[in-house]
Formats: sequence, C-alpha cells, structure tokens
Amino acid sequence: MTALTLVGETRIGTLELAVDLQVEAGETLAILGPNGVGKTSLLRVISGLLPLTTGALYLNDQVADQPTSKTFLPPHLRSVGWVPQGRLLFPHLTVVENIGFSPRATPARVAQLIEALSLSALAERKPAACSGGQAQRVAVARALAADPRILLLDEPSTALDTESQELIHHVLSSLDQVATLLVTHNLDEANRLADSTATFSNGVLSK
Amino acid sequence: MKRFMVSVAGLTVALLALPLVGLLQRMPWSSLGNPLTNHGTLEALKVSLTVSLLATIMVFLLGTPLAWAIARVSVPGRRFIRALIMLPMVLPPVVGGTALLFALGRQGLVGQWLNQWFGITLPFTLAGAVVAAIFVALPFYVIAVEGALQSAGQHLEDLEDMAGTLGASPWNVLRRITYPQVLPAMGAGLALAWARALGEFGATITFAGNLPGRTQTLPLATFLALENNPEEALVLSLILLVASLGVLIGLRDRWMPSS
Repeated sequence: MTALTLVGETRIGTLELAVDLQVEAGETLAILGPNGVGKTSLLRVISGLLPLTTGALYLNDQVADQPTSKTFLPPHLRSVGWVPQGRLLFPHLTVVENIGFSPRATPARVAQLIEALSLSALAERKPAACSGGQAQRVAVARALAADPRILLLDEPSTALDTESQELIHHVLSSLDQVATLLVTHNLDEANRLADSTATFSNGVLSK
Repeated sequence: MKRFMVSVAGLTVALLALPLVGLLQRMPWSSLGNPLTNHGTLEALKVSLTVSLLATIMVFLLGTPLAWAIARVSVPGRRFIRALIMLPMVLPPVVGGTALLFALGRQGLVGQWLNQWFGITLPFTLAGAVVAAIFVALPFYVIAVEGALQSAGQHLEDLEDMAGTLGASPWNVLRRITYPQVLPAMGAGLALAWARALGEFGATITFAGNLPGRTQTLPLATFLALENNPEEALVLSLILLVASLGVLIGLRDRWMPSS
C-alpha cells in the first residue's frame, strides 16, 4: 500500500510546488533544502492544516485532498502524526497527558513510548518544566502514541542534546509500518534515518 | 509638577471613598438583621439572585459562541458587530429598557409574534427582568473572552491544529485545548457579568417594571426603601456592596497583580 502520494502541480496559496511525492509504508524519505522554500507548508498540507489549491493528495490509497473533486479529509481523520518545529506541547497538560492525548492512544502504547524515550521521571511534569530535548521526546512520543500511518517530522533533532537525539533516532528506526517524511537540515540524520532523500529548491522537489 | 499630580490624585481617591464612608457611617450595625426579616426584602433578594444567576447562565451559553466567532471568524462588518456588542456598556440602561420594550413588548417588533404564536409575554415578568439583565451584562463576558482568545492568538490556534492531527474532533479540541486556555478569562467575565446583572436598575425598571416578588430586584427595592425606610435602604446597599467587593476580591489577581 502506498501511504502517501502527492501528485501534480501543487499550489498552496501563492506557493507553487512541482511535487511528485510517493512514500510507501515502512519507508522514510528525507527532504533537504534551505528554509522558506515550503517544506513546512508541505507538511501542513499532508496533515490537513492547509488545503491544496490544485493537485491531489492520497493517503493510504484514498483521496485526502483534491480541489477538483471537492474532497477534503479533515486533520482528525487522516492518521497523520506530526512533530512540528516548536513542538506545540499542550501547556496545561502533564507529559503523560500530552502523550496520551490522542483518542487513538492506548495506555499500553503510551507506557511503551514513555519507557523507550526515557520519560518516566518526567511523567507528571508540565511541559514548561522540561528541557528542549525532553520536550522533543514528548512531542515524538505523542505523535507515535496516536498510531499514525504517516509520520511527519519537522527538524526532529535540531539543537538537541546527544541523549535525546539518540533516543529519538532509536525509536524512529524501530518503526516498520509507518511512512515517514523527515524534513531536516542535518545530512547525518538524513543518512541515518532515511531510505531515500529528496531536495527542495525553488518549489521543485527532486530526488 | 509631581506635588500637583499627587494632590489631585489624593483628592480623587477621597472623592471615590467618600460615598462608601458615608454609607458605612450611617449603617445601623446593631440592627443589621432587622430588614432581612422583612418579607419584601427577602423577596427582592430572591428575585435578584434568580434574575442575576439565570442571566449569567444565559450570558455564558450565548456569549461563548459569540466571543469565539468574533475572535476567529472574519466576516464583513466585524468591527460594526463588535461595536454593537459593546453598545450596552455605554448606552444609558433606561434607553436599553425602552428599546427592549419596543422590540419585545406586547406590541413590539418581535414581541407581538412571541405573544401571538407562543403566548410568551416578556415585559413585566421575571423572564423580562432576565432579558434586561442579559442585555446589559453580555458585553462584559464577551469582551473578556474575546480578548483572551485574541491574546492567545496564533499559538493557541497552532495548539488546536496539533490536537486535530492527533485525532481530536473539532468539538473535542474546543473542550480539551481551547477552553482550558481561556478559562480564567471566562471566569472573570462571568463574575463581571453577574455583578453587572445584580446591579441592573434602569433597563429592568423600564422593561420589567417594579413588581414586588416578581421583578423587584435589590436595586429597585433599595431605591424605593430610600423614601420611607432609609435604614432598610442602607442594609440593602450593604448587601450589594459586599457582592461587588466579593467580585473585585475574587478577580484581584487580574487587576491587582501583587507586584
């Protein structure tokens, strides 16, 4: 099954992207490229936070966004896990409540992720009391607890301590049924986690 | 210059404190409970609590979606709509009452249909007093909640987006992310709205009248008592004063930061 397909000339507002993108379940594609070329917008389109103006997006072989057929699947029905830059942890919830936020999160999966990302000691803390690396681990755990078919990682280990980076990389490498799109500046990270890389420049994505 | 400013400031504070001192100085402390045994006073207290609490509940139910909509939905004429919402804050309440009478009165624009189709009559009823209180109290709540939504701004919207991608439906996002972030403002807005509803006079007497046991609220009873039983008026004023101070103390963190 093809987890993610984005075809055609894609316009997102005024941003024009010539994107032909296909990611299979279990595959990780790294997208490299400078800031401000639309990488984050691309992730927002896939998660359903930004509609396409033209083109078409398929998730798990089903149309998720196609302006010509007026199809648009809202974010909560897409099974897309998103780890944004800036993390966006919920400030009023504890670490464990953040991780278990999704209605799709099971207690067993939450416990497993807390263990794997070494978050047990922080479980009852609020995000404001976590360091950058800890907060990033929580954000990754929260996205994975929602049992996504497609995982979107926006600079997941930029400016992180080595321990957090290692833990996150370890957990990400163990995913086998998830299609992952990794936006990064870090070539080492891309080489380590991704099966293939693509470069974004001037709105054109090339492998 | 500084001396001048401080002198004027001192005089102004005295001017604000003077009526309170006057009220407390004449208060019949030893017989404070007497008016409370009076049937009419108890009735007014009951009407006031019923009207102000029902109005506060309605302000919450109607004002929450309204505050959300003006903060989040860009519709043409949004500035005009906001001005319209704030109008009761600056409008003389008696004008509000008159307007309500012409809109919802028995012969009013909408009132005639309410009467004809549903047999509902608002003027000079408890429901009418509630409507008058909603009219004057609503803006206090809406402005507080809208302000909180505006100041939480893009970050709150990003958190809501995040919750959506985790599988939470829009109603769930509202309940689990948006409300907790604006809860303090909702509480403060409701307290202000309740205090305003409790103190309402002009719109109530114009639209709902002054019927003991039905629409005669504490402020109306206070006004009447002033003529023939000043002692009772003082005690009723004290009740309203304590309620207002209670709201102020409850909201002290909002307006009087400890720094």
